[in-house]
Amino acid sequence: MADTKLNRLAARLRAFPARPGTRFMEVCGTHTVAIRRAGIQKLLPDGVRLVSGPGCPVCVSPDRLIDEAAALARQGAVITSFGDMLRVPGSRTSLDRERAAGADVRAVYSPLDALAVAAASGRETVFLAVGFETTAPAIAAAALKARERRIANFSLLTALRLVPPALAALVAGNTELAGFLLPGHVSAIIGKPAYEFLAERGLPVVIAGFGAAEIVSSLLLLLEMHEEGVQRIVNNYPGVVRDGGNERSRAVMAEVFAPADAEWRGLGTIPLSGLELRPAYADLDARRRFRIVAEAAPARKGCRCGDVLRGRIDPPACPLFNKACRPDSPVGPCMVSSEGSCSAWVLYG
Amino acid sequence: MDKKDTILLAHGGGGSRSAELTRGLFQRFLRDPLLLEMDDAARLPGRPGAVFTTDSFVVRPLFFPGGDIGRLAVCGTVNDLAVMGAEPLWLSIGFIIEEGFPVAGLERVLASIARACREAGVRIVCADTKVVERGKADGLFINTSGIGRPAFRRPVLAGRARPGDAVLVSGPIGLHGVAVLTARGEFGLETRVRSDVAPLWGLVKTCRLLDVPFMRDPTRGGLAQTLNELAQGRPFGVRIDEASLPVPRDVAAVCDLLGLDPLQVANEGKVVMVVSARDAARALRLLRRQRLGRGARRIGEITAENRGRVVMATRAGSERIVMPPAGEILPRIC
Repeated sequence: MADTKLNRLAARLRAFPARPGTRFMEVCGTHTVAIRRAGIQKLLPDGVRLVSGPGCPVCVSPDRLIDEAAALARQGAVITSFGDMLRVPGSRTSLDRERAAGADVRAVYSPLDALAVAAASGRETVFLAVGFETTAPAIAAAALKARERRIANFSLLTALRLVPPALAALVAGNTELAGFLLPGHVSAIIGKPAYEFLAERGLPVVIAGFGAAEIVSSLLLLLEMHEEGVQRIVNNYPGVVRDGGNERSRAVMAEVFAPADAEWRGLGTIPLSGLELRPAYADLDARRRFRIVAEAAPARKGCRCGDVLRGRIDPPACPLFNKACRPDSPVGPCMVSSEGSCSAWVLYG
Repeated sequence: MDKKDTILLAHGGGGSRSAELTRGLFQRFLRDPLLLEMDDAARLPGRPGAVFTTDSFVVRPLFFPGGDIGRLAVCGTVNDLAVMGAEPLWLSIGFIIEEGFPVAGLERVLASIARACREAGVRIVCADTKVVERGKADGLFINTSGIGRPAFRRPVLAGRARPGDAVLVSGPIGLHGVAVLTARGEFGLETRVRSDVAPLWGLVKTCRLLDVPFMRDPTRGGLAQTLNELAQGRPFGVRIDEASLPVPRDVAAVCDLLGLDPLQVANEGKVVMVVSARDAARALRLLRRQRLGRGARRIGEITAENRGRVVMATRAGSERIVMPPAGEILPRIC
C-alpha cells in the first residue's frame, strides 16, 4: 500500500516542471543517507539538485576536539563517546587507535551510560558531548543527574552545535540555495519559530521526516513553494514535530548550557552557534578540570570536507574522494561518519 | 599493512578492513592454494573428497533471545559446510574459559551445544579446554572446526552463475544482529526479535539435485557482504529488489532508530542461494516446505550488466549500489 503512495509521489517528483538551476539543501546527515539509500537524488526533475548541508555532528567537529580527547585519554581519563566519533582522525591519531594502544576509550549509546561508567569505575570519566539540539537535552539531563547523585568524577568535553546559526551563516554567504529540507529530529526540539529568519530571507523550508515517502513529499512541497514564490515554513512531519517544539527539553538544555561562539569545520567560527556549560556547571567542564595538552592541528592536505559541508562542491570533486579517502581508511570526517555525505556517496552511489 | 600499525576492532568487522588484514598480512605468510580460494570452507582433494572449515565465536552477551554462544558455535561451522554443498559430519570444539566463569553458565552452554548437534546431525569427536586468568578473556570464547562430505550433484561454485539465474534468500533478514544488539541493553530498546541461529543443512539439502552455483549464509556483514562476495571480480552483476526483501517490521524499526542498514545486519540461520533460472521455482517450493525456509523469497537475479557490483532497485523506483560494510557497524549520534 505504502509503496503505491511512494510510487505516485516519486512519479510526481520526476515530472515536476521545475526551473533549471534550482538547488535545495538537505541539512541533516540522516536525510543525506536516507536520500541516497532510496536513490531519491536520481528521481529529481531536470535542473533540480540536492546538496548536503552541515547537519552531521561528526563532520563539523573540528580536529582539535579529537586531539583534546586523545590527550585526555593519554593522561589516564576514561573517555566515553558515541561510537561514531571513535574512527575520526584528529591531527595525528584517532580514539580507536588510542584504544588499541591501551587507552580506556568506551563507546556508549547515551550520556547516561557514560555517567554509569563514571559511577562504576570511580575514575575520572569524560564524555565527548557532540551533537546538535537533538542530543544536547539528554547530555544536559546527564549533567543534572551527575550533580544530583554527586558523581564528582564525571565531566564533559563539549562540542555541541546549534543548527539555526549555521544555516544563517550559510545563507548569508550563499544566494544560490532555493530552499532547505530541515531536520526532523532537531526540529522536534526547537520547533518552527527557530527557522523564521529563513522565510524572511525569501526561502521556502520544509521540516521533513526520514522515510522515503516523507522525503519525496517534502521535496514536492519545496518545489511547489519555489515555483509559486511562496516563502513559508511547512511542518511536514507533524506526527513527531510539534510546531512549538519541545519546551521541556529546551528548558533542561538552557539550565545547563549557554550559547557561545563555536568553530565549525568548513564554516569557520559562527557567533553563538555552540553550547558551553554555564558558570554554575563549570566544575563539569573537562577543559577547566584538566590541563589538556593537545598539539596544534596541522591542516589536512587536500581534504575538502569544508567545501562539501557548505554545499560548495559534491564529494567527487575532492581530489581524495574514494582514492586516498575511503570509508575504511578515511582522511576527512565526511567519510568517517555513517551520516557524512562523502561516505553516503561511496556507499550508495 | 604497515609493521607500525596496530590491530583495530574494525579489522574484525568483516568488511573491507578485514579483507585488508587477510590480504595484506595473512596471505603473505599462509599461501596454500586451498586457503587462497577464500571460500567459507576448503574442499579437500580426493574422491569423494571432504570439506573442512573452522570458526571462532566471541559473541556478547553469551546468552541472547533465540540462542547462545554454544548454539552459535555449532551452527556457524555446520552452516559454513552446508553452504559448500557438504553434509556436516564431524566437529571439533575448543573452549577458552575465563577464571571465575560460573559452572552453571557453562552447563547451560554445553546443553545447548548438545541440542544443536542433535538438530544438525553432527558429532563432536574431539575437544579442548583452556582456562585463562581473570581479565584475559571475556567470559567464554569457543572455536569449532568441522568436516563434511560433498553431497550436491553439481559443484557449488560461484563462477558457474549466469545472467538470468535467480537469487533467493531463505527467510526474514536481520534477526540475529538485532536480537544481539538489543540484548546488550545498551540502547534501552525492547523488542521481541529473536535470533534466527539454526543449522541449515536440513534445509539446503532439499536442493541438492538442483543447479545451485552459489550458497552462503549471510552472517557478519549481512546480505550486503554476501552479495558483494558473490559479485566481486566476476563477469556478472547482482540486482536485487528492495520491495521483495523480507525485512521484519521490528528489524526495520530498530535499524531506523540506530541508523543501520538491514542489508548489513547479521543473520545466523539464513542462506542466500543462486539457482539457475530453470530450477528457481522448484527451489523455492522445496525451501518453503521446510520450517526454516517457510519465508523463502526470490530477491533478485544475476545480471549481465553492472559487472562485479550489487545494485538494488529501491521502493522509490530508483536504484542504488549496495556496498559491503566498512568495519565495525556503529550506531549514529542523532
